[in-house]
Amino acid sequence: MTRWGMVIDLDRCSGCQACVVACRQENNIPVVGREQAAMGRAIFWMQIIEEREGGHNEGRTRYLPRPCMHCDNPPCVKVCPVGATYRNPEGLVGQIYARCIGCRYCTAACPYTARYFNWYEPSWEPPREKSLNPDVYVRPKGVVEKCSFCVHRIRKAQRKAKDENREIEDGEVIPACAETCPSKAIHFGDLDDPDSEVSKLAGSRRAFRLEEFLGTDPKVIYLREGEWSE
Amino acid sequence: MNNRSASIAVAISVDHPLVKPVSTSGGGFYVTAFALLIVMGWAFIAWLTQYIRGLGVSGLDRPVYWGVYITNFVFFVGISHAGTLISAILRVTGSEWRRPITRAAEAITVFALMVGPINVFFDLGRPDRVLNMFLHGQLKSPLMWDVICISTYLVSSLVYLYLPLIPDIAELRDTGIRPRWFYRLLSLNWRGTEKQKHILEKMIRVMAIAIIPIAVSVHTVVSWVFAMTIQPMWHSTIFGPYFVVGAIFSGIASIIIAMAILRKVYHLEDYLKPIHFNNLGILLLVMTCLWVYFTFAEYLTTFYGGEPAHMAVFYSKLTGEFAPMFWSMGILCFIIPFVILAVGRFRTITGTVIASISVNIGMWLERYTIVVPSLSNPRLPISEITYYPSWVEISITAGCFAGLTFFYVMFSKIFPIISIWELKEGGVDVAAGEVISSAATSGKKRMQ
Repeated sequence: MTRWGMVIDLDRCSGCQACVVACRQENNIPVVGREQAAMGRAIFWMQIIEEREGGHNEGRTRYLPRPCMHCDNPPCVKVCPVGATYRNPEGLVGQIYARCIGCRYCTAACPYTARYFNWYEPSWEPPREKSLNPDVYVRPKGVVEKCSFCVHRIRKAQRKAKDENREIEDGEVIPACAETCPSKAIHFGDLDDPDSEVSKLAGSRRAFRLEEFLGTDPKVIYLREGEWSE
Repeated sequence: MNNRSASIAVAISVDHPLVKPVSTSGGGFYVTAFALLIVMGWAFIAWLTQYIRGLGVSGLDRPVYWGVYITNFVFFVGISHAGTLISAILRVTGSEWRRPITRAAEAITVFALMVGPINVFFDLGRPDRVLNMFLHGQLKSPLMWDVICISTYLVSSLVYLYLPLIPDIAELRDTGIRPRWFYRLLSLNWRGTEKQKHILEKMIRVMAIAIIPIAVSVHTVVSWVFAMTIQPMWHSTIFGPYFVVGAIFSGIASIIIAMAILRKVYHLEDYLKPIHFNNLGILLLVMTCLWVYFTFAEYLTTFYGGEPAHMAVFYSKLTGEFAPMFWSMGILCFIIPFVILAVGRFRTITGTVIASISVNIGMWLERYTIVVPSLSNPRLPISEITYYPSWVEISITAGCFAGLTFFYVMFSKIFPIISIWELKEGGVDVAAGEVISSAATSGKKRMQ
């Protein structure tokens, strides 16, 4: 069985936000506007988390791209009262927009704050609304959404492989963030296949996962930055 | 005098202070009811705005996904522990002084239980899909545990409120208060025969015992909504009992406030006496001490462990953004009520009412400082946002308080707020308006 996972090499990440932009385009993420964003209501399925170290001039900033962790033991799935979020056999944590009642228990329970809420009906700047991605649902107001590991791309690749009567190949599924990353910091693939690129990278000595001690068993694996020479 | 007593033994007069609020309504009632309806109407407009435009009209944000609505939910469900639990415990232990206060307490339970959970509905992004809770309900979600426990509690406290009402409804029916069909229907053909009395008392006894674990379960599962997550300062094993103690605490305070108002407005000085306020004041004092003990235990454990994610929440409460609310809570929930209630001289009606108002404000703040600070300090460093409730949330909150008061007032205008037959059972000559036995003052004396 496939178990989808992502490896993000922090040594390669420059914090350029290209993944964030690509994700927004790919997944029809609504634009909430400056005022709402200042209230903390902007939606980022992929978000760059910044952490400043040291003072203003001599310090440095660390960047950490944060998609949904697609935990193997997801705290959000446990608490959903209507089963609108679930973990499927491929390890993907999915969201049923049409069932979600918007109680935001999952958003409150997620230790990675990776879940977002549609406070209003979604909207886009005029030309953009005509160029939405037809492969991805547009979410109505009042429901929760989050990174899906570009599940529509996974399904497309699986269908293609099936049509051609073959197994899906490693590296055949590329989420929008990984496709765009100029420094190729993001890798995606099957963690259950020992020969896949992500499996090999996940075995690196640099590998770690966010808040691992919580027992959520996230399937996003980070590779620590190497030595820093000024 | 003798003649009057003899004729009244059949049915109590419509001018009797216990029946007068039901039989006649003055201008004060209409003004109060109208004012409360205006507040509720305004809250309805606020909710309609939210329903049409979306939850964006609230002040909620990421990461503070829950705010005033969830605070209200926990607060009102807490208040609901007033009645049923207190009245059940006092009934089971056979405390005689309970007789004039049980119904006033039980009514708070029922109406607070209607107002509390509706706040979860106000908090939904998709209220139109609320039926999904039944179509796709997941038993693994603590929110479903709430639905099950709270609905059980609501049904059983309605039954528990209704059973002791039956003889009094029959009394009103016999007095001829309108609408007659209404009281005739609800009196279930009560004639006060020995057999009927036996059945009724047995049912009340069973309900009084059954309702105690149900009430405890309710606030336990409310706390588990938070405690079952792994969020800092929510994930605590003490939360179940801590919330139950807080609930009984704010519940007793609510009874005292309601009793003081009823006493004044309906001139019930002969029935709601300083001794009742004194006794409830002592109970409130015990709960103050229990509450401060739990709070201390909770915060010391967090502080001593010193885990960074927990400490961020801890310091945001003690010295940071939430410090004004946190320390106000400490003063209102402990210092003020403790000083008033621990000194016998201050445990008067005025004293206990001041302590109770203080406790209820403090307990609302306690619920707020449990819900919001944990969400405000997520484990991952994301942009810092301060949550302020919007006009919609404030209006709906005002509407909840008005609604609770409105339903309570209406109840007291339809049914006697003091149980007449139970007073009689306790040896009070209700018709004469005199207390013959010392039922209202001491249980022990009566048993001798």
